[in-house]
Amino acid sequence: MAPILDIQHLYKNYGATEILKDINVSIEPGDFLVLVGPSGCGKSTLLNCIAGLEPITGGTLKIGGEDMTHVSPKDRDIAMVFQSYALYPTMSVAKNITFGMKVRGVDQATQDRKLAEVARQLQIEPLLKRRPGQLSGGQRQRVAMGRALVRDPKLFLFDEPLSNLDAKLRVEMRTEIKSLHQRLGASMVYVTHDQIEAMTLATKIVVMKGGVIQQIGTPAEIYNKPANLFVADFMGSPAMNLIPAKARANGVGTKLEIARDGAEPIVLTDTRATNLPEDVILGLRPEDISEPGYRSGESVQQAQCKVEIVEPAGADTYVMTTLGGKQITARLHAETAAAPGAAHTFAFDLGKVSYFNPGTGERIL
Amino acid sequence: MAKWFETHLPKIVLAPSFIAVLIFVYGFIGWTAWVSLTRSKLMPRYEIDGFIQYDRLFASPRWDTAMNNLYIFGGMFIVISLVLGLILAILLDQQIRVEGAIRTIYLYPMALSMIVTGTAWKWILNPGLGVQAMVQGWGFENFKFDWLVNPDMAIYTVVMAAIWQSSGFVMALFLAGLRSVDTEIIRAAQIDGIPTWRVYTAIIIPSMAPIFLSAFIVLAHLAIKSFDLVIALTGGGPGYATDLPATYMYAMAFSRGDVGQAASSAMIMMMVIFIIVVPYLYSELRAKK
Amino acid sequence: MTDVSATPTAAAAARSQGAGMKTALRWGLYLILGLFAVYYLMPLFVMLTTSLKSLEEIRTGDLVALPREVTFDAWAKAWSGACTGIQCEGVRPYFWNSVLIAVPGVLISTLLGAVNGYVIAQWRFKGANIIFALMLFGCFIPFQVVLLPMARLLGLMGIAGTIPGLVFVHVIYGIGFTTLFFRNYYVTIPQELVKAAKVDGAGFLRIFWSIFLPLSIPIIVVSVIWQFTQIWNDFLFGVSFSSAGTQPVTVALNNIVNSTTGVKEYNVDMAAAIIAALPTLLVYVVAGKYFIRGLTAGSVKG
Repeated sequence: MAPILDIQHLYKNYGATEILKDINVSIEPGDFLVLVGPSGCGKSTLLNCIAGLEPITGGTLKIGGEDMTHVSPKDRDIAMVFQSYALYPTMSVAKNITFGMKVRGVDQATQDRKLAEVARQLQIEPLLKRRPGQLSGGQRQRVAMGRALVRDPKLFLFDEPLSNLDAKLRVEMRTEIKSLHQRLGASMVYVTHDQIEAMTLATKIVVMKGGVIQQIGTPAEIYNKPANLFVADFMGSPAMNLIPAKARANGVGTKLEIARDGAEPIVLTDTRATNLPEDVILGLRPEDISEPGYRSGESVQQAQCKVEIVEPAGADTYVMTTLGGKQITARLHAETAAAPGAAHTFAFDLGKVSYFNPGTGERIL
Repeated sequence: MAKWFETHLPKIVLAPSFIAVLIFVYGFIGWTAWVSLTRSKLMPRYEIDGFIQYDRLFASPRWDTAMNNLYIFGGMFIVISLVLGLILAILLDQQIRVEGAIRTIYLYPMALSMIVTGTAWKWILNPGLGVQAMVQGWGFENFKFDWLVNPDMAIYTVVMAAIWQSSGFVMALFLAGLRSVDTEIIRAAQIDGIPTWRVYTAIIIPSMAPIFLSAFIVLAHLAIKSFDLVIALTGGGPGYATDLPATYMYAMAFSRGDVGQAASSAMIMMMVIFIIVVPYLYSELRAKK
Repeated sequence: MTDVSATPTAAAAARSQGAGMKTALRWGLYLILGLFAVYYLMPLFVMLTTSLKSLEEIRTGDLVALPREVTFDAWAKAWSGACTGIQCEGVRPYFWNSVLIAVPGVLISTLLGAVNGYVIAQWRFKGANIIFALMLFGCFIPFQVVLLPMARLLGLMGIAGTIPGLVFVHVIYGIGFTTLFFRNYYVTIPQELVKAAKVDGAGFLRIFWSIFLPLSIPIIVVSVIWQFTQIWNDFLFGVSFSSAGTQPVTVALNNIVNSTTGVKEYNVDMAAAIIAALPTLLVYVVAGKYFIRGLTAGSVKG
């Protein structure tokens, strides 16, 4: 199948400042692409470029195989949902949804039919006569979705559509968007700064920083094999532990020495890793630091550390200690015996470890 | 072509207004500046001849009077309006039951034309039948209040009428400012046991510095442009005792036929406003970014 | 900060205790506020009573006394018989001149301001802010500086001394303010609205007409009231650019008051002054809230 969205060497400048640098992304029909990154990383600009709301400075942008570089938004066959919903304040919900069809001269009967269809799908039938000002945040969100759905476009674009909702509603709507995507099989591009949203919704994630793509991959790839320290730190909550260590090859693999304040260094052995430079940064997710008995296998190694903080969080308990000068977090089960100030034995699953070059920040292994 | 038109439509729509402003504001300022450097008399002439018009202007006793009047009028008008406006705003901020009605009464003069204001005060202050005659009629035979026809005092009648017209507006500005002070800060001060008057002097009034500034700008601007009020109230008289730069300029332009003097006096007015307004506009526009 | 009618500050709410002292203070407060109300109302009161008195009563009576005998003769004369120099037709024709100047002047400048504000706030392009700053500065210039060249230009255009000429002048020097009003109003509307409409397929004009204009009722009212008061109350342009038959009512009023022929008829002067003031007073009474908004918007921010 031809990619539904294909971006090659896209550049975007505002005057002399480069906002986007050499962006290359393409997605297949039915993909759910999430652009994620901290604020100012260029993800919204990229979405606006895809929509045609911002002209691009260089490169090509194709939607459905057609070059869209100089095509205006209305002719790109896209629909967009905005962060502020951008509902037309003086129009009723029904008018908001049909405005696009009206502008395009769609006949009244078709407008009515499509409106009814979308209203049923989103369960907003009772709201059709109201004005946006009379709706709650969640209802506005639905109307905004309706306005996009009714257009039945090649590509849906979402610009942080959930960030104005409260936490509970956000989770509900997230699920709803996901089921909508599965039901429609539509192609979507979704911008968010929330990495959980990215992980839960995406079939493909693009992590961006400073206008540059850091990594493209499936949620699992991004989570398990972050391409650099930035991605490792940004994706996942609590963040991946990034521990400076000294690596020395020995007979069975690589010996990793992690310094500690006021105590002997911890030494772990990774049988899998070879050819590591001497200075490395070890990346280990909190759930990959557990307690003996909870993880087993030859890659699991144990060490005793002094517990500093214990944070029960219901299902899990987060336990903090310091290794290599960094505070690190372990995700333990709720009934853990770890107590602040006491020593505790942790199990490090070296089968899940990532190695980064401390100089460049790039992933080594 | 259609595409070009579509993308440039906003600029095309804005262009007429912008061009109009360029010509009728900046072009005309340029024209006036140019003419102020010539020997124009009844008709404008375009040969630059240095600062002769400004030399004449600064040597003219009438202009001297006009500028002196501007200092007296502007200074008193601004200071008294600010003080009065602030006092009224604070008094009105004490949970007054009929606040809306009082506010309406204090502010209505601002809706009047200066010509109407001038006409009214001219009648009230005229010595023959106005306040002076009234008080004399009450038995105070020696009461004298003839400022309107007294060359030394006439400018103060302009001040009186101008304050009457504008102080309510200053009140409205300050009142809005008082209402926008963060109530949590005030509550915190009250919990600390600070008396109400100290809350005003130490917290509320200092926090209204930007409102003082904008009120000052508006009042200064009104003072420099003042023309109608003087024309209606005193006609610039007695003699030219109440001339202001604006009336001087008008007299030169339309009754004396001295285009050069009119242009140079207008340029001086322009520069005075420039000195006051430009830093203000600059900071306002910068702050918005 | 434009909403004057918000609740009083808490400082005012919680006053110091002491019941007797408090009541006395309250009364003193109301007394002072009342005196100031008298001060502001006095000139209007004097104008009104004077206009209802006969000339004879004015000469013999008290300035602030109520008329012994109410007569509307002065009003009739002011409306249709008072002399503005050699003409003796009252203020009526000039009142209509003012209407003819104000109505198109208000409409055109408001419409232009709306479009300009829409472009500057929502269709930002490089240099738009500079254009706005230049237009804004135009609000602050003393009009004396453009009087001479404008007089010549109106002559060249052949509309010197005509009502279209005055409309033209008022529109030109009004668009700075109307643009300011609309720009400041539209700048608070999220840009996403335009984006959404663009994606929906609407163009520049369609978005303005279907989405922004219906949103703009409050600011249109502010702009209309502001421009109406400005144009109606104008004297400088009126006296500089009109000729015998096209003078606005403010100029006619001034001519009546300063006319040197015959006896000084103070009651007619006052009636004429009230007639000249009535339209703007009426607007103020009916839509004072919007009037204040215009004043504060015109004075603060950019």
